[in-house]
Amino acid sequence: MAVIKSIEELEKIREQAKDLINLRKDNETKTRVVVGMATCGIAAGARQTMLAILDELKKRNVENVIVTETGCIGLCKFEPLVDVIKPDQPKVTYVNVNEEKARQIVVKHIINNQIIDDWVIPNI
Amino acid sequence: MEIYRAHVLVCKGTGCTASGSENVMDAFQKEIDKRGLSKEVRVVQTGCLGLCELGPNVLIYPEGSYYCRVKAEDIPEIVEEHLVKGRIVERLLYKEHLTEERLRALTDIDFYKKQKRIALRNCGLINPEVIEEYIANDGYKALAKALTQMTPQEVIDEVKKSGLRGRGGGGFPTGNKWQFAANAKGDIKYVVCNADEGDPGAFMDRSVLEGDPHSVLEAMEIAGYAIGASEGYIYVRAEYPIAVKRLEIAINQAREHGLLGKNILGTGFNFDIFLRLGSGAFVCGEETALLASIEGRRGEPRPRPPFPANEGLWGKPTIINNVETYANIPEIILKGADWFASIGTEKSKGTKVFAVGGKINNTGLVEIPMGTTLREVIYEIGGGIPNGKKFKAVQTGGPSGGCIPAALLDMPIEYDTLVQAGSMMGSGGMIVMDEDNCMVDIAKFFLTFTQDESCGKCPPCRIGTKRMLEILERITNGEGKEGDIELLENLAKSIKASALCGLGQTAPNPVLSTIRYFRDEYEAHIKEKRCPAGACKALIHYEVVADKCRGCGLCVKVCPTGAISGERKQPHVIDQDKCIKCNSCFDRCPFGAITKA
Amino acid sequence: METAVKKDAELEEKLQKVDEMLEKYKGQKGALLQALQEAQGIVGYLPLEVQKKVAAALNITLSEVYSTITFYSFFNLKPRGKYQIRVCLGTACYVRGANKVLDRLEKELGVKVGDTTDDAKFSLDACRCVGACGLAPTIIINDEVYGRLTPDKVPEILKKYE
Repeated sequence: MAVIKSIEELEKIREQAKDLINLRKDNETKTRVVVGMATCGIAAGARQTMLAILDELKKRNVENVIVTETGCIGLCKFEPLVDVIKPDQPKVTYVNVNEEKARQIVVKHIINNQIIDDWVIPNI
Repeated sequence: MEIYRAHVLVCKGTGCTASGSENVMDAFQKEIDKRGLSKEVRVVQTGCLGLCELGPNVLIYPEGSYYCRVKAEDIPEIVEEHLVKGRIVERLLYKEHLTEERLRALTDIDFYKKQKRIALRNCGLINPEVIEEYIANDGYKALAKALTQMTPQEVIDEVKKSGLRGRGGGGFPTGNKWQFAANAKGDIKYVVCNADEGDPGAFMDRSVLEGDPHSVLEAMEIAGYAIGASEGYIYVRAEYPIAVKRLEIAINQAREHGLLGKNILGTGFNFDIFLRLGSGAFVCGEETALLASIEGRRGEPRPRPPFPANEGLWGKPTIINNVETYANIPEIILKGADWFASIGTEKSKGTKVFAVGGKINNTGLVEIPMGTTLREVIYEIGGGIPNGKKFKAVQTGGPSGGCIPAALLDMPIEYDTLVQAGSMMGSGGMIVMDEDNCMVDIAKFFLTFTQDESCGKCPPCRIGTKRMLEILERITNGEGKEGDIELLENLAKSIKASALCGLGQTAPNPVLSTIRYFRDEYEAHIKEKRCPAGACKALIHYEVVADKCRGCGLCVKVCPTGAISGERKQPHVIDQDKCIKCNSCFDRCPFGAITKA
Repeated sequence: METAVKKDAELEEKLQKVDEMLEKYKGQKGALLQALQEAQGIVGYLPLEVQKKVAAALNITLSEVYSTITFYSFFNLKPRGKYQIRVCLGTACYVRGANKVLDRLEKELGVKVGDTTDDAKFSLDACRCVGACGLAPTIIINDEVYGRLTPDKVPEILKKYE
């Protein structure tokens, strides 16, 4: 690692390092993304969905989001399922989320606050 | 930098390492690799979380789930359930002592709710061996602020205004110490960190060094800037191998990043830090003895003045603060003196870390605002006394402190209240005693310690404590005489008035405080030749109660001297000549058929 | 006889290493404790030959070296056992019955505190608080910490080192 030569460089390193410990602080105030990771979800590609979400968050330098997994919620035909829960807002559940959809959910819903109605779970 | 969805934090402090956390961490890494989760889940080692007794401790974020006494065998289940399926493994969660409720998150448990973590802010949160994690949590920001936005005098004024007092013993105002050293004339000055944590039962400094070594380095640099020093020494106990290793790593990382050395952060400020290992002498915690030891000599104290602020290491102006004191400094510089001074009480500002141990359910490290009562610490945070026993006393201040009885449990914890009660803050050991602990025996224990550790330089300490110890031995052996208590009090007064250093001056405190609050126990030993707590071997003997004995033979098995005999299913007997009073049979008997009196 | 010769050779080799180690401290002020710590790390204890070497290298008297060694409990003048058992007698361990564990160890090993067994396998010492108070009472065998002890657990632990 290079020598830190100025206050500005120290701040830059701090910015980059934030992700190292971000996950361990103030989790109550963050947006939660929950991926269904039961057998059916994984079989439908939930792991790739999850990795795509993590990757997109990193690329766009999004803070204050936690990504967790959950078990089967009994809607196997819609897997992979992804919930997005913003603080103080109702839960939004997306269905059949592949990698591409996952990346768009990050950009549109998580960053820009636009729910993508077409992919939300139908009223069954 | 990669983003992970989950962090598994495994405590690698001394306590948890002794309980096997190394294996737990390996098992996590293996299981996570095996399941191909290594891109999503990160395994991180941390310093002490505080609840050592329940180790190995594991925290999983983002949920903050707190798992205790985790074994390597449990790992596949935790990975499968928690990390794959998102279901918390209830059976391994922390269980509240009173309600038996299993709690999901660390922050929900009673042990943590009343705490306020300033000195321990990073312990159990960051990986102490990765400087970036320290930087990420505002590390070295206070140093940057001091170097670029404050003059040395402003730094000293801020520390003064905060009201911070030394956390290692006497509680001298830290800012004043810095001011003396800054005012002292001299081109070379030194900053020393006292990490020779010697009070038995106190381990907060070890935990800070193991869990957050960079905070101490950063604070020493700030101190160096404030007084005009460019070298620092950390004097650390050789008995703390993990702390030594983490400090070495931290110093090397700081040097590599240019946070120690020449022209730090491009400001022209130079500072470097060196380690010195203690070699097992309690008196070296006294500041002048510590300096002698750093200089490679016998660690004997010398009379003050001159104070180290004027003539310290190698005769140069020196400030000496302990680990916990330093750990508070970066937060004070960063958040301001007013913020710090708003915590605590009128005369004792901020927080204090206590190592709560002995006869208490939650043994461990707690950091509480000054002014919290003993009762809150022992019952609300500590979870009370185990096995339904009765609280008798709490010992604070180590060998320099005293025992505080139940009647004073509602006393707020402050430097001055503790002194009024005949004890002291000391470095923050807090040992709880129950009805089975004999107070005369405890006084003898501490005096044996100080006698053993007395450096021998001044007669009041060398000879005086020896005489006191002899009297205590006589009393606990059933040979106490009328007038012994008064003789102890007399000796104690003379020693307090005439000993050279703090070790000698405070050595009689454990005796004086136990006489003050538990005089009846001393009298029972002397007049009735009886130990009410059943702890003094010479005054007790064991017997089998024939009605209760079912002849199960368990006591025969545990007796190390073969002193117990009897037919199966018949009442047994103890051969008093062979019995060494080890208490094994008493502990073992399931029917309460063994008595001691 | 042969083993005695081998022992001497071993000691010679260690003394050689002490000489090499001392080179870096020559003429340095205040290096006595560090030099002694390293020397004990190499030899295992501090016999007279080592003390003389340290005194010569640092240009101080032998009596100063000896008085410093005897001041600090970390230093040994006699060889120690292969396994060093240290019983923590800190307050937390004491109130939870460390002395009973110590009694049992003395009995099992047949030696008193401060001594080494005849076969040079175990030495038994009491030590200052190791800061593992949450696990009281504790003992340390070489670098391994054993916690939550009772006297009954002693024989089982010793068995591991047979």
